[in-house]
Amino acid sequence: MERSIRARELTAFAEEIRVETLKTLGYAGFGHIGGAMSIVEVVAALYGEFMRIDPSRPDWPDRDKLVLSKGHAGPTLYAVLALKGYFPRMMLRELNVGGGHLPSHVDRNKTPGIDMTAGSLGQGISAAIGIAMGDRMSGRDSRTYVIVGDGELDEGQNWEGFMFAYAHKIDNLVCFVDKNLQQLDGYTKDVLDTGDIAAKLKAFGWYTQEIDGHDMGAIIKAIKSANSTKGVPSAIVLDTKKGHGCTFAEGVLSNHHMNFTPEQMEEAMKAANERLEAARRALAE
Amino acid sequence: MFKIKSELKKAEVPMRDAYCNTLMQMAEKDERIVALDADLISSSGMKPFFAKFPERAIQCGIAEANMIGIAAGLSLTGKVPFAHSFGPFASRRVCDQIFISAAYANLNIRILGSDPGVTAAYNGGTHMPFEDMGVLRSIPGITLIEPCDPVAVADIVSQLSDVYGVYYMRMARKSSIAVYEPGSTFEIGKGNLLRNGTDVTIIASGIMVAESLKAAAALEADGVSARVVDLFTWKPIDTELIVDCAEKTGAIVTAENHNIFGGLGSAVAEAVTQNCPVPMEFVGVTDRFGQVGTEDFLRAEYGLTAENVAAAAKRAIERK
Ligand SMILES: Cc1ncc(C[n+]2csc(CCOP(=O)(O)OP(=O)(O)O)c2C)c(N)n1
Repeated sequence: MERSIRARELTAFAEEIRVETLKTLGYAGFGHIGGAMSIVEVVAALYGEFMRIDPSRPDWPDRDKLVLSKGHAGPTLYAVLALKGYFPRMMLRELNVGGGHLPSHVDRNKTPGIDMTAGSLGQGISAAIGIAMGDRMSGRDSRTYVIVGDGELDEGQNWEGFMFAYAHKIDNLVCFVDKNLQQLDGYTKDVLDTGDIAAKLKAFGWYTQEIDGHDMGAIIKAIKSANSTKGVPSAIVLDTKKGHGCTFAEGVLSNHHMNFTPEQMEEAMKAANERLEAARRALAE
Repeated sequence: MFKIKSELKKAEVPMRDAYCNTLMQMAEKDERIVALDADLISSSGMKPFFAKFPERAIQCGIAEANMIGIAAGLSLTGKVPFAHSFGPFASRRVCDQIFISAAYANLNIRILGSDPGVTAAYNGGTHMPFEDMGVLRSIPGITLIEPCDPVAVADIVSQLSDVYGVYYMRMARKSSIAVYEPGSTFEIGKGNLLRNGTDVTIIASGIMVAESLKAAAALEADGVSARVVDLFTWKPIDTELIVDCAEKTGAIVTAENHNIFGGLGSAVAEAVTQNCPVPMEFVGVTDRFGQVGTEDFLRAEYGLTAENVAAAAKRAIERK
């Protein structure tokens, strides 16, 4: 595959995030590993390229914002925030520690750089719309990104939000759907068949693209296209694999929340570090 | 009739197994029983039910409001639906559906909200209901139940096929302390006097029952005689028993894994102040949100301990 230098750089950044995410989950010994792994690439593109941020000023009003509506994927965000310098990497040891800064589900009051609290699925889209509208009202050119799970789309509130954002022409908003085809109890098609998500979003009036969510080149292209779209909100459906890049989680049906042994994690870390090395070699070529 | 264990130890059966097994036994005999879940069968322990009665098991996906509405509709056709999600999503998130589609419409549903309060542990603040019972208590006619162990779960759930109305039960999914001997029976709406005493009464439910028994034992060593009541039904409340406790012991402590505002303590206080005012102390969560941590960390953080209950008992007695 022909890939731009930027795509290769961001791929290496993604692999670095993957390694840090695994390390973070490793400290706890359990966690929502599947859904954390599937969003690594999009998070890398956002924080590595697209989002206007200043890690020294997490509450800078003019920043771009991210709502991680599937808040259980917090560890991925914690990893990227640490890598960007929002807080020391040592803090990643606090995942799920009582009284610590990194709860299982993202919490804006606990972690520097987390823009919105989530964990009760289905609520992020509305908050993201509110943020995007507020910035627009204030004359700020900030953009808001929101990541929702495909299982999460079961919640009706998402569809209220989709209707609303179209009706109000919220075009400073991009919604990513992490279509990893699995939710908690199993495959999304068995739990509650979502049908063709992209077609539904299109029918709701959104500018909708569907891409390989682990292909950095495709992600960059899609976000650029979304960000230059005027008059309608944008959706990017990411075809992903739950547990992607984690040896003991990928391809496993019950990989939503896992307990793992130190040996399993060691093996996964080894493989993830090899991915990182390969991505770095590709950069040098 | 009930009998309590002479020694407090971990129950052999997780609460969720008692729940699922009981529902399966009921479903064998009663065609009307239907189970609904919201992408949490793996958590609720209802997989065996879903495997055994696929035509009477409804996987709703992560759409709790829709699930409650469907349950209400099912009951209109004579079914007896049992719907489950984690406590917060089975109560506050679906409050209006419970209120309108079920209670106001005078329909007949059961709701299980799992992992009350600190038992939500690592799932943290979004998943840790200190308010579920309080949110629901102002719905007219609703019945609110919090059993403390698998024996109580099994007996109480087995009674829920032939009663009518809206029933909400909060229950830890996993381990609990075994308080009751197998075969114990429970009357919904009546509290169980677990231990007699003369100086103070401790009224508790759920995980705080075992803590209260421990507190009573510690108080006894200090020369204080404490009654302990398992008030597993928060609504309708057992006013008769509460008044008896107030009259006979002259001081009351409530202990709950819930916000003390709008919780068990508030409900008991309504009964006490209207009938036989005596000093009261409230052990529970003092208007705070949940957070992540081990259950032990959280019990200490929110003061849900036997030591705290015993200290509150002494304060209440001093105020007589
Ligand atoms: C309102 C609500 N209901 C239930 C849950 C429990 N829960 C957490 S994650 C999850 C499955 C999420 O599936 P999906 O959105 O596809 O996320 P992913 O597979 O990407 O992890 C469920 C049911 C919750 N967090 N919030």
